[in-house]
Amino acid sequence: MQNKVGREIPDAYLNDYALYESTKIGNPTIQKVAPKISVVKPGDEKLVASIEEAIDLAGLKDGMTISFHHHFREGDYVLNMVMDVIAKKGIKNLSIAPSSLADVHSEIVKHIESGVVTKVTTSGLRGKLGEAISNGLMDEPVILRSHGGRARAVETGEIQIDVAFLGVPSSDAYGNANGYKGESVCGSLGYAKIDAKHADKVILLTDNLVGYPNTPISISQTDVDYVVEVEAIGNPEGIGKGATRFTTNPKELRIAETVNQVITASPYFKDGFSFQTGTGGAALAVTRFLREEMLAKEIKASFALGGITKPMVDLLEEGLVEKILDVQDFDKGAALGMAKYEQQVEIDASCYASPYNKGAVVNQLDVVILSALEVDTKFNVNVMTGSDGVLRGAIGGHQDASNAKLTIISAPLVRGRIPTIVQDVTTVITPGDSIDVVVTEIGIAINPQRQDLIDCFTQAGLPVYTIEALQKEAEKIVGKASPIQFTDRVVALVEYRDGTLLDTICQVKD
Amino acid sequence: MEKLRRTMMFVPGNNPGMVRDAGIYDADAIMFDLEDAVSLGEKDAARLLVYQALKQVDYGNTEMVVRVNALDSAYGRNDIFAMVKAGVDVIRLPKTESAQDVIDVEAVIVEAEEKFGVPVGTTKMMAAIEGAAGTLNALAIAQSSQRLIGIALGAEDYVTNMKTRRYPDGQELFFARSMILHAARATGIAAFDTVYSDVENEAGFRAEVELIHQLGFDGKSIINPRQIKIVNDVYAPSQKEISHAIDVLAAIREAEEKGSGVISLNGKMIDKPIVERAERVMLLAEAAGLIGKELK
Repeated sequence: MQNKVGREIPDAYLNDYALYESTKIGNPTIQKVAPKISVVKPGDEKLVASIEEAIDLAGLKDGMTISFHHHFREGDYVLNMVMDVIAKKGIKNLSIAPSSLADVHSEIVKHIESGVVTKVTTSGLRGKLGEAISNGLMDEPVILRSHGGRARAVETGEIQIDVAFLGVPSSDAYGNANGYKGESVCGSLGYAKIDAKHADKVILLTDNLVGYPNTPISISQTDVDYVVEVEAIGNPEGIGKGATRFTTNPKELRIAETVNQVITASPYFKDGFSFQTGTGGAALAVTRFLREEMLAKEIKASFALGGITKPMVDLLEEGLVEKILDVQDFDKGAALGMAKYEQQVEIDASCYASPYNKGAVVNQLDVVILSALEVDTKFNVNVMTGSDGVLRGAIGGHQDASNAKLTIISAPLVRGRIPTIVQDVTTVITPGDSIDVVVTEIGIAINPQRQDLIDCFTQAGLPVYTIEALQKEAEKIVGKASPIQFTDRVVALVEYRDGTLLDTICQVKD
Repeated sequence: MEKLRRTMMFVPGNNPGMVRDAGIYDADAIMFDLEDAVSLGEKDAARLLVYQALKQVDYGNTEMVVRVNALDSAYGRNDIFAMVKAGVDVIRLPKTESAQDVIDVEAVIVEAEEKFGVPVGTTKMMAAIEGAAGTLNALAIAQSSQRLIGIALGAEDYVTNMKTRRYPDGQELFFARSMILHAARATGIAAFDTVYSDVENEAGFRAEVELIHQLGFDGKSIINPRQIKIVNDVYAPSQKEISHAIDVLAAIREAEEKGSGVISLNGKMIDKPIVERAERVMLLAEAAGLIGKELK
């Protein structure tokens, strides 16, 4: 059956899933769930000697669901370390529900092959793991969720976490933890906080055990069962791998400059506006250009959201941004800002982006800049599958933040010989209804639903194209690619943030 | 109408990505290089690439220039034929020493235009002066063909020829720059300054652009899109210059309407050079986005 973004959904999933309808999620009444608590009485100790002991005490068994956070991104040691211990113990048939997975987690392939892991839900899949799954490694399809969608699924019990293994940069022996004290800082623990609140058992791993009470308290003793001291939980330099350098690539700078013009020409660029930029060289360049415009026009932002980078913290220090609402930090500089500035405020993933609470911060967001692997002529965006159909991306907050008043996709027209603007995206990750403007190096395209923006940007003298014209221009340069060959076997399901089924991803043909 | 040539961006003719994207940076002119930037093994591939790009890619109103290999090389003649066929705007000669160099290339261009049915005279030319002989012959070179749109200084070869090197203050180039400028102005064609290779040194680049702007050059050869904004900034007229130009042009129009012969503004007589300068200020102001088209 076809859903509302025109994707054919196999009948097999119609029992478990509602089909995607709309980006407008309405005002449903939902039921949140609470975890089972094993009471810790006076005199009980939480500090245990090893990961193995914590696993035994937590009662981890075949078939359970475990979770991790991805605040250390490419620098994470915890997931591989814990999975190795679990595998050695002979536990099988686990579901893993990390907030996301990176290249560094390719070791999961062997745990899937040996039957330790049989189900996966995540935001991102990359590297060897993404490739293996796209080639049919798993019997059960992976469930892909946005950060807001995952928070919703945890809070409603769709993801029921039996044991959460959370690496924390500092903790006391009774389980009070934060992300910005110690050697291995990651800053905000926004994704981990949700798991701490909702998992039946919570095990903290830290390489920085401090005296009681450890404050500020990001993860509270009231939610923690066990604390394990390990040699190292992650490499902070790996957090910002490839993401923190200001680009000198002239094409990226050109795009960033145009993004900046779009923002400053929009009706939202006024004192008290709010924005989110994301990661990557071009996003950092936008932040720099935006700073110059804010100084020139004497405009200050009320808050910046996200995924925080050092240049955003610099804006805070300069007084150009009043508050940073921080669910995750993209580099060590931003992580250290958490300790330094009380206006850099930690928020959890639900507060950031869940569609099913009493109002997430994304609802208040004016401007967001997001990236894309593909954008199609319906403005649908793919950030998950590459031009070969293989899983190599992450939904992240894409679906969530795109509900901003002005959602800008910044993407080159073509990458090498691969078009970015296409007739139909390989995989729909964010529906075109929530995308307002696409910015490329040759010009911009505006969603026809936003006549107000078409008028505004045309009048401002920006190079306005139709999305069809951009697509044709891309095709003129690189030609028409032959379609990617997929089998009928589904290897991943893409949920929209409200839990409806948006798209399916099939196994690639060799 | 005078054509603005503040920036001429050098793009290696053997780099598909750079050739494809060259048009997105708003350079006034783009020069694809088939000569120094391309190794011997890639000469034919680069020629084909640039030929296809000129035919396929939409570079808008940008003036398209190709630097061809010397006629006495194995590639020069083929380069000229291919570029004329592709409809290039301007063929740029490599190192030019004398008027005869220009005349020789022009003869091949005529041959190519006749062969491909391009109206004879369509393809323009420009010459690069890169040594002592060329500098001393600058006027003769500038006068050698009606097709010439401009002459340019190539400083790297020039300083080697002069047994010196480049210095930050540019004293070593003063004579060559002056010769080229005078030859260009005497013949009514454009004068382009040489490249500045240290892309990371924005302050040094800006200082050099300010110098050549002061001397009177039409523009500068650039090697990275990041240099474009700096050149355009330096060439952008001040608000005071713009208001004055608007007043001058208004006074002219008023005088024309009244049929008055003598034109004055605030008690000062306006003559032809002042009008020409005002027109150029308005052109630069529009290009810099400082005024709308309606004011011009």
